[in-house]
Amino acid sequence: MSRTKRYGTMWLTHAVLILGAFTMVFPFFWQIWLSLMSNAEVTAVPPTLIPAQFKWQNYVTVFERIPFLNQFWNSVLITVIRTIGQVVLCSLAGYAFARMHFRGRGALLAVVLSILMVPGQIYLLPQYQLIQGMHLLDTTWGIVLPGIFSAFGTFLMRQFFVGLPNELEESARLDGANPFQIFYLVMLPLAKPAISAVVITTVLWSWNDLLWPLVVTSQDKSMPLSVGIAMFAGRDTTDYSVMMAAATMAMAPILILFVALQRRVIEGLAHTGLKG
Amino acid sequence: MTAARMTSGRALGARSEGLRRDGLRRDGAWPWLFVMPLLTGVTVFYLYPIVATLWMSLTKTGEFGRGSRFVGPANYETLVTDPKLLGALGNTLTFTGIVLLGVPISVLLAALISRPGLRFAKVYRVLYFMPYVAMPVAVAIVWKMIFNGEYGILNYALRSMGVANPPYWLSTPGVALIAVSILGLWSSIGFNMIIISAGLKSIPVELYEAADLDGASPTRQFFSITVPLLTPSIFFLSVMTGIGGFQLFDTIFVLISPMSPAMPSTKSLVYLFYQEAFVNGNRGYGAAIAVFVMALIGLVTIIQFRLQRRWVTYV
Repeated sequence: MSRTKRYGTMWLTHAVLILGAFTMVFPFFWQIWLSLMSNAEVTAVPPTLIPAQFKWQNYVTVFERIPFLNQFWNSVLITVIRTIGQVVLCSLAGYAFARMHFRGRGALLAVVLSILMVPGQIYLLPQYQLIQGMHLLDTTWGIVLPGIFSAFGTFLMRQFFVGLPNELEESARLDGANPFQIFYLVMLPLAKPAISAVVITTVLWSWNDLLWPLVVTSQDKSMPLSVGIAMFAGRDTTDYSVMMAAATMAMAPILILFVALQRRVIEGLAHTGLKG
Repeated sequence: MTAARMTSGRALGARSEGLRRDGLRRDGAWPWLFVMPLLTGVTVFYLYPIVATLWMSLTKTGEFGRGSRFVGPANYETLVTDPKLLGALGNTLTFTGIVLLGVPISVLLAALISRPGLRFAKVYRVLYFMPYVAMPVAVAIVWKMIFNGEYGILNYALRSMGVANPPYWLSTPGVALIAVSILGLWSSIGFNMIIISAGLKSIPVELYEAADLDGASPTRQFFSITVPLLTPSIFFLSVMTGIGGFQLFDTIFVLISPMSPAMPSTKSLVYLFYQEAFVNGNRGYGAAIAVFVMALIGLVTIIQFRLQRRWVTYV
């Protein structure tokens, strides 16, 4: 009886969930909607609900106002380099911390993990000075460099490798494989869930992060999109519809990737949550 | 898995042989080749900066950001009496408190979305999660328009519902912080729901079946089975929200202009740090703020871990 009762209230569940979903999605819809209006329509009182005609021109104007292509390319480069870098460095180190024996292993792991407890601002000033000293301000490498080394990624990889059985390694060792071959050919292919968790968190963070790239870039052309559109929004207080178009284009790649890979992304992040 | 089973016999022999030879197997120089690249970077970009910031917080930056001299705890003495810092601390705590309200909301939504046989569950999940993956700067840009006092759609909606004078959300001191918090709440729900949903999956179905037999109502089941068994996930989320709340920056940077009358009552600790360290070139003072924030996060986290014994149920 209680089964049927449960299904009987399904419509109420849907009502609540639809209301919530509307709240979640409305700003995205509204951003696209405003990006297709004229500036006069965006700032009209009361607000324009339906534009007289869709002004696709706004999307073209973005490229005249900010070096969008440069900034887009910067964001892509930063994201790709950081992700590859983290996967390589974190899986190597995570593997060694999990499955190799060496002096000081526990202490070194504790030191790496202690970084997770410290808020980012602690590093920011000296990191800035280091990048400045290396003459890397306003360069892709300057933005990428500190974030290539990740304690969190190392932790994720280590937790995964710790849980794998010994037998695989042992039999590969008997077959004469050296430790790198064992890692690369036997263990790494098994670590896909952990690798995808590292990839997802790094991509999201690299594409979206504001504070660090804001600090190390000052020229429009060397900024990633997050800084570029924040600057555009701060500087240009009149051209709202073009601003909306720029913001829409800036977040579109990640949202499209997310919708395409939704299950993987959600599972990957749930994984980081449970282990973190 | 199959490979593991097939070779396990041989491997067991190999392992005992390895143990016999030298007790604990050592891997020679190999581990160092594996960890060195990461450790080098971590030392240069993370460990050294911690020491450098601690040192910097004891110095005063000279004119035009050049040179610095040792001043001992002077920055900290200024800090504890600085009304800007106390303001930023209060703002940050208020923000964190409001975003924490998202946890119970997420529990409810996750429980609904996880109902067996619910249609479109996948669609809901994707839609709720979108704010979490979207670039905060880009999202804040549209919220700035939504919150606009004159032509914003929010006030339009409020006016048509009969609210005579809805506030200028982003320029009224006090109100602006609420606007910032609403945005924070909005973008945190998706992640919260994912964690709670994972927690829900780990609750044994038998408990609900037994409760059904005993005639417990769905509401009773929710509060007597679901909520207690979710406390570990809820605890994890409150720790994460606490830590994340102290990192508030992007939204304020975009939503509130530096000259806005609402800025002092909205400014977060990280924003204050950014302003002092990078806009005013006051590195020593900025470093002291950073150390202060670190100590505070540590304190809050310790308190949360202490309190968890009273309310978190581990099975």
